[in-house]
Amino acid sequence: MPVYIGKRLLVAIPTLLIISVFVFSLQKLLPGDPILAMAGEERDPAVIEFLRDKYRLNDPVVVQYFYWLGGVLTGDFGISLRTNQPVLELILQKLPVTIQLAVMAMFFAMLIGIPIGILAAVKKNTAIDYIANIVALSGLSIPNFWLGIMLILLISVQLGWLPASGYESIFVDPVRSLQTMIMPAFVLGNALAATLMRHTRSAMVGVLSADYIRTARAKGLSPREVVLSHSFRNALLPVVTLSALLFGELLAGAVLTEQIFTIPGFGKLIVDAVFNRDYAVVQGVVLCTAVGFILMNLIADVLYVLLNPRLRATL
Amino acid sequence: MKRLTKLTTALLAGALFAFPAMSAELRIGLQDDADVLDPAQSRTFVGRIVYTALCDKLVDVSPDLKIVPQLATEWNWSADAKELTMKIRDGVKFHDGTALDAAAVVATIERNINLPESRRKSELASVAKVEATGPLEVKFTLKAPDVTLLAQLSDRAGMIVSPAAAKELGANFGSKPVCAGPFKFVERVQQDRIVLEKFADYWDKDKIFIDKVTYLPIPDTTVRLANLRSGDLDFMERLAPTDVAAVKSDANLGFDSVVNIGYMALYANIGNGPRADNPFGKDKRLRQAFSLAIDRDALNQIVYEGTAVGGSQPFPPNSPWFNKALPVPARDVEKAKALIKEAGFDRVPIEMQIPNNPVAQQMMQIVQSMVAEAGFDVSLKSTEFATLLDEQTRGNYQLSRSDWSGRVDPDGNIHQFITCKGGINDTKYCNPEVDKLLNEARASTDDAVRKQKYDAASAILNDELPVIYLGHQSWIWAYKKSVTGFVPSPDGMIRLQGVKKG
Repeated sequence: MPVYIGKRLLVAIPTLLIISVFVFSLQKLLPGDPILAMAGEERDPAVIEFLRDKYRLNDPVVVQYFYWLGGVLTGDFGISLRTNQPVLELILQKLPVTIQLAVMAMFFAMLIGIPIGILAAVKKNTAIDYIANIVALSGLSIPNFWLGIMLILLISVQLGWLPASGYESIFVDPVRSLQTMIMPAFVLGNALAATLMRHTRSAMVGVLSADYIRTARAKGLSPREVVLSHSFRNALLPVVTLSALLFGELLAGAVLTEQIFTIPGFGKLIVDAVFNRDYAVVQGVVLCTAVGFILMNLIADVLYVLLNPRLRATL
Repeated sequence: MKRLTKLTTALLAGALFAFPAMSAELRIGLQDDADVLDPAQSRTFVGRIVYTALCDKLVDVSPDLKIVPQLATEWNWSADAKELTMKIRDGVKFHDGTALDAAAVVATIERNINLPESRRKSELASVAKVEATGPLEVKFTLKAPDVTLLAQLSDRAGMIVSPAAAKELGANFGSKPVCAGPFKFVERVQQDRIVLEKFADYWDKDKIFIDKVTYLPIPDTTVRLANLRSGDLDFMERLAPTDVAAVKSDANLGFDSVVNIGYMALYANIGNGPRADNPFGKDKRLRQAFSLAIDRDALNQIVYEGTAVGGSQPFPPNSPWFNKALPVPARDVEKAKALIKEAGFDRVPIEMQIPNNPVAQQMMQIVQSMVAEAGFDVSLKSTEFATLLDEQTRGNYQLSRSDWSGRVDPDGNIHQFITCKGGINDTKYCNPEVDKLLNEARASTDDAVRKQKYDAASAILNDELPVIYLGHQSWIWAYKKSVTGFVPSPDGMIRLQGVKKG
């Protein structure tokens, strides 16, 4: 197993390099000058020239890229053009926020998606199944931003139960931290719950008609045991893959959700960075996200093996 | 039992003592996150709002846009307007406890001029020398007469920072700014909050009734208002005009608005690169026709719910600098058609570059259909702001919509956009006669003389129209009814002197 993990991590290096080249070139293709964008109303030509030089924007793109890469290899991700803060510091500040949001969203997604999926599979083609499908479909169809604003209006403005937006670190004030995160996590988890529910359902339907399930029923196991111990564990495999892939979707969804609920996380960081052409920040965030994505897939593969002992032989 | 009684008594006493000490915290919602908090380097409008609490300036601006004392108690211009002498307030302390004196003022101004990263260079370009002529007296010697300097000193260029802190932190001053305003810096989390607390040794501390201010950037106006209504905010800036009715009908909320000192405008490419070579850039009659085809009042009513005002000059109609001889034109489609015909056209195709925010898009779509009636076939090119600025600067546009937040001195709304060598003259309009008038307006300490020069310049500009002014938005603030004492100002700042919560 450690050799397998090591190999997978080695393969990740060229992947990350390709991603970084890709993002770097894409950014340079975007029209708009970062220094000018930053200057806004105060466009003093002399200062603009000085800053272009300072941030090496006058160098050829290739030189800029290798300069950036050299920095990254020595742990220097560059400096944000907008706030003068080191990019690494910004990332370390925002990453825990988005991870908290993602974990809580995943929790909601699983809490809603998996039980409903199982229920729909067991009660296949009954009213319960149809209702579950309708719920899933509407969860997928309701846009994040609309649901977010509606929840704010209902729960914060009308009922006054939760703060409308903002963020508090879980280490500083855990109660307030959870209060501010519940709504965004629910909004973000909601769409994923639908996907998760659909996949759990179809995996369960497949497993429930398998021969060994019929055997299990025939030998007199309770329906509860049949569903939870025999079927669910086997149906879990595709659900785990899906959850890992959904994590990427979660990061993308976080961009919008964080914007609505004003959560100072990764999503907000990258949106602001793109609008301000804050190249170093965009690069750093994308690289970090790619690493996270690769790690999530690796974790999914490892979980596979743990869930299905037969796969151990293939390592 | 005895212990219990003792404990209860202690708790009760604690509660009693704690009550009067309960601090007044004001949570203010801003539309953006401020950039670096160094007055020498910062650029954003919201940054200036934070500074009104954090950093005092040599002079301030009153709600009627007069220059009033702040750190400087009085000042004098020499007869030739080339020397400005200021008396500095006695007994003022910086947040780090050091004294604010003439030497600190000189150090700050020199830092603003010399720091390579400084954004204040062009604002202080006329300053040849600044020196301490006494422990509490400073003299500015200018390269050429420039009465606009005083207005520059009412903003970031005139915010005095602690020389000790500036020396220690250099270009990194923004990480822990030390100024002499009513509130001192506590902490900042990017894109989340900026926290300030009351400075006990503030020179004017009797006017400060708030103990702690937290600025929260919440870009979405709907969410910002939702926060105010749910009680998470006490105060917000830039309420959307469409939400004014909702706030007015809410018994818990108060609201204020005032026409701002900036403008909304269309810039025509007159001479900026090859794209200027088109009929609209060459023939002023087409630009006049375009201007005449717009119903400015309708734009105000439809897009801004009546909170804005139509305009045709760099100054709003309620400004003392507005040229009353040239009132905002009423829509006249027939005259516009005649002008187009006179210029030898039937239909005129124009590409108009606009920012991709919903309000600007709505407004320009209305303009598009208004001018279509006169004979302009406008195609709208919607781009996000960074691209728009870039294209406008490089001259890759025919007609471009961009706005100006406005400056206290009239010079700041016109000189740099219109003069041949103006720093942000993106139209590359160049008229020596206008240059002469605008330069002379800078050099006179007599407002009547200045007004005459601006009037003469606006008569020419109104005819040649390198910039087609559309109108002036209002600053709109909303706040909880428990917040009192706020005085709205056309510069859009939130001054906390006199503001109470309770």
